[in-house]
Amino acid sequence: MELYQSTIHELQDKIKEGKTTATAITKSVLQRIDAVEEKVHSYIRVMKDEALSAAAEADKEIKKGNIKPLSGISIALKDIVCTKGIATTCGSHILHNFVPPYDASVVEKLRAAGAIFVGKTNMDEFAMGSSTETSYFGPTRNPWDLERIPGGSSGGSAAAVAADECVASIGSDTGGSIRQPAALCGIVGMKPTYGRVSRFGLIAFASSLDQIGPFTKDVEDCAIMMNVLAGYDRRESTSVNIDVPDYRQFAGRDIKGWKIGIPKEYFVEGIDPEVKAAIEASIKTMEKCGAQSVEISLPHTQYCLAVYYIIAPAEASSNLARYDGVKYGFRAPASELLDMYKKTRMQGFGAEVKRRIMIGTYALSAGYYDAYYKKASQVRALIKKDFEEAFKKCDVILTPTTPTPAFKIGEKTDNPLQMYLSDIFTISTNLAGIPGISLPCGFTKSGLPVGVQFLAGHFQEGKLIQVASAYERKAQIEKRRPKL
Amino acid sequence: MEFETVIGLEVHAQMLTETKIFCSCSTKFGAAPNSHTCPICLGMPGVLPVLNKKVVEYAMKMALATNCAINPTCEFARKNYFYPDLPKGYQISQYAYPLAEHGWLELEVNGGKKRIGITRIHMEEDAGKLLHDEHNPVSYVDLNRTGVPLIEIVSEPDIRGAEEAADYLKRLHEILVYLEICDGNMEEGSFRCDANVSIRPKGQKEFGTRAELKNMNSFRNVQRGLEYEIKRQQYIVENGGTIVQETRLWDDAQGVTNSMRGKEEAHDYRYFPDPDLVPVIVDEAWIGKIRADMPELPQAKRERFISEYQISAYDAGVLTSEKALAGYFEEVVAICAKPKQAGNWLMGDVMKFLNEDKKTIRECPITAASLAEMINLIDAGTISGKMAKDIVEEMYQSGKNPREVIAEKGMVQITDEAALAKTISSIIDANPQQLADYRAGKEKLFGFFVGQVMKATQGKANPQIVNDLLKKMLAK
Amino acid sequence: MKLTAQEVEYVAHLARLEITPQEKEKFTAQLNDILLYIDKLNELDTKGVEPMSHAIGVTNAFRADKVAASIGTEKTLANAPDGRGEFFRVPKVIE
Repeated sequence: MELYQSTIHELQDKIKEGKTTATAITKSVLQRIDAVEEKVHSYIRVMKDEALSAAAEADKEIKKGNIKPLSGISIALKDIVCTKGIATTCGSHILHNFVPPYDASVVEKLRAAGAIFVGKTNMDEFAMGSSTETSYFGPTRNPWDLERIPGGSSGGSAAAVAADECVASIGSDTGGSIRQPAALCGIVGMKPTYGRVSRFGLIAFASSLDQIGPFTKDVEDCAIMMNVLAGYDRRESTSVNIDVPDYRQFAGRDIKGWKIGIPKEYFVEGIDPEVKAAIEASIKTMEKCGAQSVEISLPHTQYCLAVYYIIAPAEASSNLARYDGVKYGFRAPASELLDMYKKTRMQGFGAEVKRRIMIGTYALSAGYYDAYYKKASQVRALIKKDFEEAFKKCDVILTPTTPTPAFKIGEKTDNPLQMYLSDIFTISTNLAGIPGISLPCGFTKSGLPVGVQFLAGHFQEGKLIQVASAYERKAQIEKRRPKL
Repeated sequence: MEFETVIGLEVHAQMLTETKIFCSCSTKFGAAPNSHTCPICLGMPGVLPVLNKKVVEYAMKMALATNCAINPTCEFARKNYFYPDLPKGYQISQYAYPLAEHGWLELEVNGGKKRIGITRIHMEEDAGKLLHDEHNPVSYVDLNRTGVPLIEIVSEPDIRGAEEAADYLKRLHEILVYLEICDGNMEEGSFRCDANVSIRPKGQKEFGTRAELKNMNSFRNVQRGLEYEIKRQQYIVENGGTIVQETRLWDDAQGVTNSMRGKEEAHDYRYFPDPDLVPVIVDEAWIGKIRADMPELPQAKRERFISEYQISAYDAGVLTSEKALAGYFEEVVAICAKPKQAGNWLMGDVMKFLNEDKKTIRECPITAASLAEMINLIDAGTISGKMAKDIVEEMYQSGKNPREVIAEKGMVQITDEAALAKTISSIIDANPQQLADYRAGKEKLFGFFVGQVMKATQGKANPQIVNDLLKKMLAK
Repeated sequence: MKLTAQEVEYVAHLARLEITPQEKEKFTAQLNDILLYIDKLNELDTKGVEPMSHAIGVTNAFRADKVAASIGTEKTLANAPDGRGEFFRVPKVIE
């Protein structure tokens, strides 16, 4: 097996045993990027020189016996997290040349844990999309079928892990942007509880929904990443100051006697039959693990998408007002201020971003606030309550991550509403602020990955690691690699 | 037709904190452009605000001082609009849930008392500054002021005239400065005022159409601007016109208000709760702590001065116009126990010197102890009031205490009766005609003799003793 | 139609987006689709439900009033499309 194919824990063992070095891993990954990046296009920027010099530094530390949780591990960052001195574009023309003078908190944490950053990954512009097609830098392709989308918005980060162009990566999830691409690319992706991982330095899409999380090749790696990422940050007002457990300790535990909630509302809409079959098999696997499945109800499920498509654009319309051509980024030439604003934003933003700014602006505008934003915020409260009630009856909830496997590039670009529906199973999690994980649960006949999603109560990431790792061991999903 | 004026005021006061409201940049005025800035106040992508606790505490002080009810929960909202001095494209302010509401401030109106209602007090961030190029069609943006903490104090439309408005502002200003939460500097924009003005026929209940008046950066300009605006509105109505709801700018040089029409559109600020900031919960314990930390407020101090020191309402007003002055006065009185004299010296000579030098009482070279000592020396007859006038000036110039000045200048009063009797007898001897006239009944000549004694002693003779001796010796 | 082309124009102006006549037409249709879908929220009675603006109930997150170094004029202006001297420069506001 090549180094670039390995998991974090496999590489960590090798580093500890002196069988490999940070430089060797980094070179291996960079070579893999050279080999497949043209086909997949996971990255907006590959940080070759930075990665090699960081790896050389890491090797000095390792030699001194200073081995950290991610020493020498090649990590890719979604281009939505700010990196000091390195352009951070958010997949947008309007930020194509923006170089932040600061690092995001997660970047600081990962670096302190020894991570080697190999690049900034592609994404839907401002994380608005479910396919990574809205990127100013062109689409990313699904490593399992280059005609298809990798999911989104963190499609580049998911594809990079699936294509072995990095060992693990960072994504952000506002309505499913980690879990949906993880499912469509056949890897593990977690959205932590809102407030669990610092948002400082994460370019905002919808501030009350955004959360950073990891993409990994297996559940144990997810736990390792969460150990590094989770924790209070005084630079974020919504950060929650409660202890972070060692997530790795949950990875080996069994789930005997657990109640697995199956929400009946998630199995009525048009789910692809192959996805449905894979999920039904997953439920059986849970029972083999000694858990019991119980039917639960999340009565407001059918309203989640509508609530999301008010709240997220409303917040986004305000969050994206700062891109005005004055302080940084793209500016269109104009001789008059109003004209400068309008042309800059017209030329700087893509169609999907403009569409959402329009919806959000409308939903907040005079006379419509109560009917849209306020109404949605009220229904959001009901959705959160649904989950609180549900978790009285079960330990975790099991659902499909997506209604269908990866669709074809261009298939839904002209129908925004159809595109939005691909997030139908992931959105409620963000509205309620609870954590969720997606992991592979099989393949379709044509070889496309299918993901299963587990949800738990606030700050119960440990439970998610526990149930996902139990599932992973029991299900023994075939270890395939995309042919590239 | 007789009109009634209806005015409501919106005051923005800059909080005297070290750092900005949501980041750790300095709030100091006058720094090089765009130097007190960081990714947070510059509105760079991905950064987040964290609230400065002191801003909440300062705002709470103002709320308590103006009899407001502090809401148990308040939250921040975004006010969305585009302008180059607003780097995020929204201002973080408070909207549906302000910090405090339902307060009032008491004014003295025509000898009686009148309460002006305070609708609300909320916290918000200031915007930056835009400088317009005079020769080219461009503007320059300085973001140092962006994120400087403000409180906005909104009054009810209870004010009935320009003078009353100015009075209300002075009272508010005085409280802010007393609380040491705002430096009150109107030129630097630490204390700004916008006014909503309308008129209505006397007796009418409904409000007239109002104009919003901006750009009045001194108490005097507020009064002038309002007076002009009231007259303008009356003229329009009296001539059959109608008032337009609009924003008008006060032009200090021309002494008029001008419409901003066309420069702004209908506002649609799209307020919504800021998801990056969390609710502020204020419990009774916190309010109690702030209350315990409150200084005595000007109104209460004035009333106490009148009753405790038996001074006039006017004097009490002057002496409490500044917290430091009141403090100085009380220090002097604590030592010499002569409030009337202390007040007179302070309001007379000392304030005159300070005003001439544009100094505040904090910078006064005469310590309270020195002034008290001087008053005691007058009382003891060691110096005369006339001498004291020279001494206090010397104390102010040199910073020396009165004993030092007296010693240096040999200014001690002559109270030695024998020596004075000797002087008097030689004066009597030298003026036989005047003595004869006096004894013949021309009592007015008594003053002549006093003058001669003072001249001979260079004014150092104790007047009381001179009086007594002269009476005795002239009568012989 | 929930939204007229005229309203789309107004919203685009509020959001400072220039839109072409074609875009206006397209946006009007697409936004109407989305708003119609969103209309399903009106099936729900939400009277008395407290609106939820935060996912987690954190309150009173404060900073101490302590000055930390600013980044300086040079870094402040480093990304500016039109930084002049110590300032950001913008086209004049036409009044």
